[in-house]
Formats: sequence, C-alpha cells, structure tokens
Amino acid sequence: MQAEIRVNEKKTFAEWFGSRKVQKALVIFAFMVVPMVLLFVFTYLPFGKMFSFSFFDMKYVGARKFVSFKNYLKVFSRKDCFGALKLSLYYMGGSVVQLSLALYLATILSFKVKGGALFKGFMFFPYLINGIAIGFIFKFFFTRGFVFDSVLNWAGFTLDNLPFWLKDQRINNVSLVGTSVWRYTGQNMVLFIGAIMSVDSELYEAAMLDGANKWQQFRYIILPSIKTIILLNVILSITGSLSAFEPPYVITSGANGTGTYFVVMHEIAHTQQKVGLASAMAIVLLLIIFAATIVQKLLFKYVFKSGDDDDPKAGRRRERAIARYEARKKGGR
Amino acid sequence: MTIFMMLKKIVLTVLKYLSLLFFAFWAVLPIVSCVITAFKTDEEYNRTSVMVLPKNWLNFDNFVSAFKEANMARAFLNSTIILVCVLFFSVIIGTQLAYVLNRFKFPGNNIIRSLFLFASLLPGVAMQISSYEIMTKLHFINFLPGYIILMCGTDVISIYIFIQFFENIDKSLDESAIMDGANYFTIFYRILLPLLKPAIVTVCILKGVGTYNEYYNASLYLQDKKHLATVATSLYTFVGPLGSKYNLICAGVIISLLPALLVFIFCQKQIYSGLTAGAVKG
Repeated sequence: MQAEIRVNEKKTFAEWFGSRKVQKALVIFAFMVVPMVLLFVFTYLPFGKMFSFSFFDMKYVGARKFVSFKNYLKVFSRKDCFGALKLSLYYMGGSVVQLSLALYLATILSFKVKGGALFKGFMFFPYLINGIAIGFIFKFFFTRGFVFDSVLNWAGFTLDNLPFWLKDQRINNVSLVGTSVWRYTGQNMVLFIGAIMSVDSELYEAAMLDGANKWQQFRYIILPSIKTIILLNVILSITGSLSAFEPPYVITSGANGTGTYFVVMHEIAHTQQKVGLASAMAIVLLLIIFAATIVQKLLFKYVFKSGDDDDPKAGRRRERAIARYEARKKGGR
Repeated sequence: MTIFMMLKKIVLTVLKYLSLLFFAFWAVLPIVSCVITAFKTDEEYNRTSVMVLPKNWLNFDNFVSAFKEANMARAFLNSTIILVCVLFFSVIIGTQLAYVLNRFKFPGNNIIRSLFLFASLLPGVAMQISSYEIMTKLHFINFLPGYIILMCGTDVISIYIFIQFFENIDKSLDESAIMDGANYFTIFYRILLPLLKPAIVTVCILKGVGTYNEYYNASLYLQDKKHLATVATSLYTFVGPLGSKYNLICAGVIISLLPALLVFIFCQKQIYSGLTAGAVKG
C-alpha cells in the first residue's frame, strides 16, 4: 500500500483521492474496521488474556499472584476438574444415537411421506426453544410421578421400580443426554435432508432402473453424497461432547454428579472466582479439542480415501448412472 | 409382484409410519404436557395427575400471573430493543464484510476468513471467563448497549451465508456500474444490498431466533433482573420459592416460546434452508 501511495504523490490530492486504488483501499478499510475490532475485542483479546490468566492466582478484582504452572497441575490433580471429562462419554454416546436417528428420519423424510412436513416441524421445533425454558420443561418432565413416569406407567412400569431420573447417579447423566438428543436430533435431521435433497433425483431413477432396492440406494447414492456433512457433524458432536454444558447447567445445575467439565469450570470462574484455575481448565480443554479435531480429520481422510473403492461394482454403477444423467441433461438442452 | 413381496412392502410401510409416530410422540410430549399443565388451576394441579387434561381450556389465569410475576412486559420490551439493534447492526457489518472479502483480492483476505472461522470454534462458555474482565473494564455490565455490541460480534454463519450469496451475484454487475462512474459505496448500497434481500431475511431469522433465545451472556452481563431482563432470563424469576408451582412456570415457559413458534410457523422454509446453507460452510 505504501508503494502505491508514493507513486501517486505527483498527482494532486483530489486526483489521488479519486483514483480506483485509493477508493478500493478506503472501502476495504471502512467496511472491515468494525467487524475486525469486534473480533479482536471479544474473541482474540479474551483468548490472549485467558492464556495469561492461567498462570496467575487471581480473582476478577484485586491482587494477582504469578504461580507459573500450578493452575495446570491443579487441573489434573483436582478430582472435580479433569475427572469431569469422563461425563463426555455419556454425551458422545448420545451423539451416536442422535446422528443415527437423524440420518434414519432424514432418509425416510426425503422421500414421499404422508404428513412429512408436519412431522419434520415437530422434530425440529425443540431446537428453537431457549435454554432456560428447556431447563424448566425437563425439570417438570422428570419430576417423580410427573410426565415421564406417567407415560412409563401407561406402558406398564410401576412407579416403585422407576429411579429418580435427575437424582439417581446411575441414570441422571443419561436423562440429561436424552434431553440433548431431544433438542438437537431435529436440527441434524434438517441438515441431512438438505444434503440428501441436493442429490439429483435422476440418480435415484437411474438406480431404480438398475434394480437397486431402498437399502442399496441409501448405501450407494445417499451415503456417499452426504458423507461430508456427516463427517462435519461427527466432528462437531465429539468436540461438542467434550464441551457439554447446557443440559446440566439449566436442568440440574451440575448437582448429583452431573457437573460436566464446563459446568465445573463455570462454577470455578464465576461463583468461586478462581479465574486463574478456570482459565487453565479452558486452555487444557481447547488443546484437547484441537488435538481431537486434527486426529479425526486425518483419520476420516484415511478411512474415506481407502473406503471409497471397496466395491468396484458400485463405483461402476454410479459412474454409469452419472454418465446417463449427464447425457440426458445435454440432450434436454 | 408376488404375495410375499407385497406383504413385505406393507409391513415395511407400517413399520415406517409407526416409527415416525413413536418419535413424533416423544418430540411433542414435553411441550404438550407443559401446555396441559399451564391451563390448570392450583387446585386441579395439586389434585390431578399431570397428564390429565384441564377442565377449562380457557383458563388463562396462569398466563396472566406468570406474565406479571416475571415482569414480562419489560422483558419483551428489552428483547425487542436488543433484537432490532443486533439484527440491524449485524446485517450491516456482515454484508459489508462479506462484500469486501468476496469482491476484493488483497493481502490478508484468506487470513481474515480463517480468523473468523477459528473464532467460531472457540466455545463461548470458556471465552466468557476472560471476556467478563473485558466487559467489566469497558463498563458494559448492566449496560444494554454493551450487551448489544457483544452480540453483534463474530458470527461466522451469517458471514458465510452472505459470502455464498455474493458468489452468485455476477461480477459484471459491479463492473458495468464502475464504467458508469459509480464508486464502491454506491455499488454496495444501491446495487448489491437490494439484491441480497433473501440472504438478509435468512440471516435475520436465524440470528433473530438465536438472539431471542440467548441467555448465558444475558445472565452474566445483564444482572439487573428488574430492568434489564430479557424474555429468556425473565424465566429465572421462577427459580426459588415459586419453583414447584409448575402450572405457573409452564405458563411462563409457553409465553416465552410463542414468538419462536410464530416465526417457525411462518418462516419454516427460510429456517430450514438457512440452516443448510450455514452448515455447508466448508
């Protein structure tokens, strides 16, 4: 930019100001300054601060004491910190259920189904409910003898044999994961439907002509064409499980052994005001999340690359279908 | 077609619809049970099982007292102010940024894109540990404009939706305008912004629902529950002594859901397509 300005110095200021290059620089600057300032102040500055906080024994107000790596040692030695990551396993299990369910429903709903739109709406709406309302809805839902117990009662269970869904430590994390599945399955389903719809319908016709049944259509047309979005969701759900926060925060407040890593971290930061320790917890989890993301990406790259050609027949069939589809499209024009 | 094949097809269809009904039942059950309870009088609520229908479906007493108890008139006012401001500013900021990133090649273009993408990967709950200190220093706590500014910040999804949309607007449009002597600001505001309308509507719906439902930052930074509660945080009124009056709580919950429900009913298509567009950001 500097060089351009010097070259232009001989012209009058008005000419220089009116030139395309300066106009361009001006518009770039004018349009980017606000979002960049916001990005810096509310994301990268806090990120940097969090890193430096993690080396101090400090509260939001008052004196700060440099403690080098002591906070990090505490993260790993305190039972309530690193141990809370065990709960992520429940949430990972939940996301497996959630993604498979979403995929199943999306596959069904991508074809003609009576009342499909209505059903899609029912499944999706929970995604649009605010977190605090979710908290109340499920405190109510799981209260002893209330909604869930009543329905199980109709199905023949007796109340005495049912646990306290939010208190019993053997089951309460499963209950919480269930609420998360309830909330997000519809959203996943809509994403998958979008991806399936973008597959050209003539591919299905071609497959039908080749005598493929529903399962084969799913396996050889739908699955390959939406594997990117599935991969994206698998990665998101694993990192999401590690940073699970909302269900325990709004429903049980982390009581009775439901405090996930982030709930504990929130407690330590905003209630106990041990900002340094909480920052160290955040940094540790961010590192784990990045590592997990990279490992998964590499793994999936490898799996998908080698998995692509596992059935040469399918590949040939797909090619034939595509060729036919393209020919038809050309002919149509 | 043999009889066996026909039978198989019928069984599969029945199973398909049964499974759909089964999942639909669980999807609506938590909300429906709330609606049922919201219409019950205290006496009915205490005496009958939660799944028994209320005697009088026109008993709106709980809604009225929940609305008063949680000071929801104020909360709706605050939420509306927040919503209008956040949507207005983030649409301006987002479209301008997307315009620059899509139309101009300059050093750092890709770096800036990755900076925004990376920012979206950082979990908000963790970031608020140190954001809290920054918000304190800026005197943004219990300060509505401060919360609004925070909410206008990094939002990759809408930027991606705008960039995608710009990609589909022919560049020759810009070029011919330049030939006619228009400057970049005119091109953006007069020519491109009107064309972006569908993308703006999509972003407003998605971001609008998100902002309306946001409660974590709101409860951290708008602690003055009396004057600054949003619709979502006003529900906190029911924590504590009122915590077991579920007929009242359910009414409050239903009131807080209504705006989202209305938007959903009228803008289903945009919500679905906006989500899909935002997700395929890769």
